[in-house]
Amino acid sequence: MRALRQIGLAALGVAALSGPLHAADIVIGVRSEPSSIDPYFHNLGPNNGMLGQIFDRLNDWTPGMDKMFGRAASSWKPINDTTWEFKIKKGIKFHDGSDLTADDVIFSYERAGNYTGGNSSFRTYTKGKTLKKIDDYTVHIMTEKPYPLMPNDTTTVMIMSSEAKGTGGKNKGISAKDFNNGTAAIGSGPYKFIEWKKGDRIVLEKFDGYTGPIAQPWDKITFKFIKSEPARVAALMAGDVDAIDNVPTSDVERLKQNPKLSLSSGVSNRVIYLHMDQFRDSSPFVTTKDGQPMNKNPLRNPKVRKALSMMINRKAIVERVMEGIAIPAGQLLPEGFFGRSNKLQVEKFDPKGAKKLLQEAGWGDGFGLTIHGPNDRYINDAKICEAIGQMFSAQGIPTKVVTMPKNVFFKRASKGAKGGLPEFSFVLVGWGSGTGESSSPIKSLLATHDKSKGMGASNRGRHSDPRVNEVLNQALATVDDAKRGALLAKATEIAIGENTGIIPLHYQVNTWATRKGLKFDPRADERTTGYDYTLVK
Amino acid sequence: MTIIENNPELMAEDRNDEENYEGAQTPLRRFLSDFCEARLAVFGFFIILVIALVAIMAPFIAPTDPYNLATVSILDSRLEPGEAMMSGTIAYLGTDGAGRDMVSAMIYGLRISLGVGIGSGIIAMLIGISFGLLSAYAGGKIDSVFMRIVDIQLSFPAILVALVLLVTLGKGVDKTIIALVVVQWAYYARTIRGTALVERRREYIESAVCLGLSKNRIMFRHLLPNCLAPMIVVGTMQIAHAISLEATLSFLGLGMPQTEPSLGRLISNGFEYILSGKYWISVYPGIALLITIVSINLVGDRLRDVLNPRLQK
Amino acid sequence: MQSALVVVIMSFIVFSGVFLVGDPVEILVSDDADQEEREMMIKSMGLDKPFLVQYGIFISKAVRGDLGDSFVFQEPALLLILDRMPATMELAVVALLIAIIFGIPLGVWAGLKPESLASKSIMTGSILGFSLPTFWVGIMMILLFAVLLGWLPSTGRGDVQIILGMPISVFSWDGFSHVLMPAVNLALFKLSMVIRLARAGTREVMHQDYIKFARAKGLKESRIILVHVLKNILIPVVTVLGLEFGGLVAFSVVTETVFAWPGMGKLLIDSIGLLDRPIIVAYLMIIVFLFVFINLVVDICYSILDPRVRLEDIKS
Repeated sequence: MRALRQIGLAALGVAALSGPLHAADIVIGVRSEPSSIDPYFHNLGPNNGMLGQIFDRLNDWTPGMDKMFGRAASSWKPINDTTWEFKIKKGIKFHDGSDLTADDVIFSYERAGNYTGGNSSFRTYTKGKTLKKIDDYTVHIMTEKPYPLMPNDTTTVMIMSSEAKGTGGKNKGISAKDFNNGTAAIGSGPYKFIEWKKGDRIVLEKFDGYTGPIAQPWDKITFKFIKSEPARVAALMAGDVDAIDNVPTSDVERLKQNPKLSLSSGVSNRVIYLHMDQFRDSSPFVTTKDGQPMNKNPLRNPKVRKALSMMINRKAIVERVMEGIAIPAGQLLPEGFFGRSNKLQVEKFDPKGAKKLLQEAGWGDGFGLTIHGPNDRYINDAKICEAIGQMFSAQGIPTKVVTMPKNVFFKRASKGAKGGLPEFSFVLVGWGSGTGESSSPIKSLLATHDKSKGMGASNRGRHSDPRVNEVLNQALATVDDAKRGALLAKATEIAIGENTGIIPLHYQVNTWATRKGLKFDPRADERTTGYDYTLVK
Repeated sequence: MTIIENNPELMAEDRNDEENYEGAQTPLRRFLSDFCEARLAVFGFFIILVIALVAIMAPFIAPTDPYNLATVSILDSRLEPGEAMMSGTIAYLGTDGAGRDMVSAMIYGLRISLGVGIGSGIIAMLIGISFGLLSAYAGGKIDSVFMRIVDIQLSFPAILVALVLLVTLGKGVDKTIIALVVVQWAYYARTIRGTALVERRREYIESAVCLGLSKNRIMFRHLLPNCLAPMIVVGTMQIAHAISLEATLSFLGLGMPQTEPSLGRLISNGFEYILSGKYWISVYPGIALLITIVSINLVGDRLRDVLNPRLQK
Repeated sequence: MQSALVVVIMSFIVFSGVFLVGDPVEILVSDDADQEEREMMIKSMGLDKPFLVQYGIFISKAVRGDLGDSFVFQEPALLLILDRMPATMELAVVALLIAIIFGIPLGVWAGLKPESLASKSIMTGSILGFSLPTFWVGIMMILLFAVLLGWLPSTGRGDVQIILGMPISVFSWDGFSHVLMPAVNLALFKLSMVIRLARAGTREVMHQDYIKFARAKGLKESRIILVHVLKNILIPVVTVLGLEFGGLVAFSVVTETVFAWPGMGKLLIDSIGLLDRPIIVAYLMIIVFLFVFINLVVDICYSILDPRVRLEDIKS
């Protein structure tokens, strides 16, 4: 088999030399397996990445997430304050040969919004919106309030065929199972679903009837799921796969030196940051220096928070822990994204300044702290916690480091204490903005926690400042891009610049590796999509 | 029904015969000379002594304190063997990903690994002995209930039981010890019950019963000392097993906390670096772990041969 | 009866354990989801109900053979595991065969000439075999045979053929080359054990009167070993290996993780990571049933090999 493939590759080399590229097969070793082929099953990275190859969305992002382009939509515009008009491209075919029309779009949005199979969280993007068919290729989406993020939201929900059949007949009783075995997995994307061997592989095949904007460099794409980091790297080096994603930072340097491989890295939309308990007078994991409970909580003082931020040597973390594969962060999104502040800089490492600030705040003698973090969620998460523990400990804040698997961590960090409150005092987490702009992290992480308004859902430190809420609400209702961008920047400046509501550490950088002769366009949304791999000569 | 996942009892499958236990009654000197016949075992014993000494004296021997976060710095991370750290101390075996000196980290890690292994072994042995003796001595319903519990426990592979326990309990030295005790006690219980059942029928027990001594006194003063030989064998093997199991659990992401790594944890921490040529983070602790386990097993192996007269010529 | 009790107790322990530990919703929900979204998800999985109610629902379904749907895949947990079972079984069977094929001859040899250098090396090697942690050996093997030498594929399972209705991969070269490393890795421990059992058995048997008698009768040494010795050492070996087969299946958790073998052990580890309670519980139940079944098979083998053991004895 391997020999065969090698012959195949050799042939490919010849073909590549002799003129136009011939499509071929590619085997990609990826870390995470999607949980279903049903496009609305889970709103999670591995699902969205894999299924986006099979199903179109109205709009999609370029790999760098800097530009939105229409996949099924040919154009979109607001026609009044609360209505957006989307024109659908003509001639788009589903994998079963039928046409993609407004009916399919409406069917898909309805299925996504009313999904009962279990765990969809696409409702976030469909809630409060009404879809109306104007003609076969025009759809109006009505919102309750002016909603500038409508085009962004259409980069999430995938479009399936309204003709798809489940075991219960057309349109009825389609369940995840029908997708997983292929019967209902009818999209209009550049690749067709062939098979899924759970725990092992997913195979996709080029869809010949595809006319959209996405390139189809391969005839067949095989995704192999290799969760273990060393095993995935070993598989690439042994030639079992042509490419891998999520190259561990510790291997990047050495793989770069390997003449048979090539690497590509790209900054992601994910920021790694620290939440601090700002809602309890006595925080369970803030103690005196010798570990006794305290009835005062220094973390409520913005000066203390700022001082802690200054104690962190971000450069050392990036260089020593991340081996250079990360970018120090001063706010919620890296450069190039919408709604950033141009004023906010990366906090400088300044032990003396921090000491002074602590004294000003009345905490010059320091206090004890425990930092909690996951150990299997973000790149080097546990090691980052340990490094921060070292820095704080060496600067008069004796810090304990406790890391745990993500499944345990997130429950406790979100609602582990009595009354469903966050359990920890100081946690490391990350955030990837699904909509590619800064309103989503401000809304979830820094706005006042308010269940009824859906604000601050992941605000595990309960930072709260009415000014931030106000500016954010204003921004969310502003359709004009430039004005909205300025408002979001202002909200960020208040929440992070003035309040140090969270401490941003760095933006994650993801690395993909391929054998020589292939190239991957790094994706900011951390997805590994087969069509972004191309042959180079 | 039994699962013999590294169950030393089955490795010495023929020990349950009645005549077997004369070995325990031979004079100490004979035992020593028998033991010393195998040079490899003596060597193993010597190594264990050295390892134990190093582990006990860790704070005095180790060049740095790898568990003090205030002195460990990531600026020292991944130094090659022989490079100097910022504090000026030379890291003879390099440093790990968090900037800990490998020599110190290994010495402290050894301490934890041995501590967890021996600690869990002793607790499991005490529990096992109590249950086993009581079971053998009381007989009847108590015996059958206890042995059924033991059977149930042993019917589950150690690795799965420990895995499920640690998923539930979380991380930490104490929790790892609990998991390892739960996994091990049944082996001891069954071994000592088997031995005790044989010993019970001996004259000295019967005469003790005739003398009207209390049950407890007979059990612990008379029965127990005569059942100890097989316990020593099972104990040595189980400690090696516990150390290895702890390392495996650490590899699967459970077990020891990250800032106070055991040997197993050091190895698994080093795994991510092994393909990138930074072999020392994983290889040296791996070798230390191997030497420890192999030495203990060598000694245990020999002990079993010596204490099992049927194989003697 | 006893097994049924075990199943119930285990299910309760695991159920409550996983119940306490974490919340799968936090992992399955996207970052963007708001509180209302999260609550709907919790409700749809039935996780909003009190613990005892949840357990009650689980038991009442389990009695009817339904171990619940996986939180992650929303498919019956039992089917998901059974789907993965052939891969694990294949791995375990190949490992078992390796242990027997190499273990028994080596062990018998070591037992026949206990003082020879070869015998001593075999025994020392076997100590090494059960001292080496499986995961460590696995990665070393990948490094050596897949990365440095490039002889064998590093991970995954090869092409699968349907043979007698079972998906099996060992009969093609591709499949065999994939299964070789993980199987050897898994077998190493049992190999040491078989060697030791066979050696101890041989040494014991050689002292027995019937062997002396057979010698006196002038039987050829090869016949004595192949017929008389082998038959007698097979009993403990079969017992132990039979019982150990369950252990192999369990320990494949480690090997499957290292070699990315798509079996049920890997599914278990993945499910633990995602707190997919139905799968964790169902896995343990299946293991219990497997053990009960294996015990039965071993007992039957036993009675065939040793006529002195009658089936009635076993039943009692």
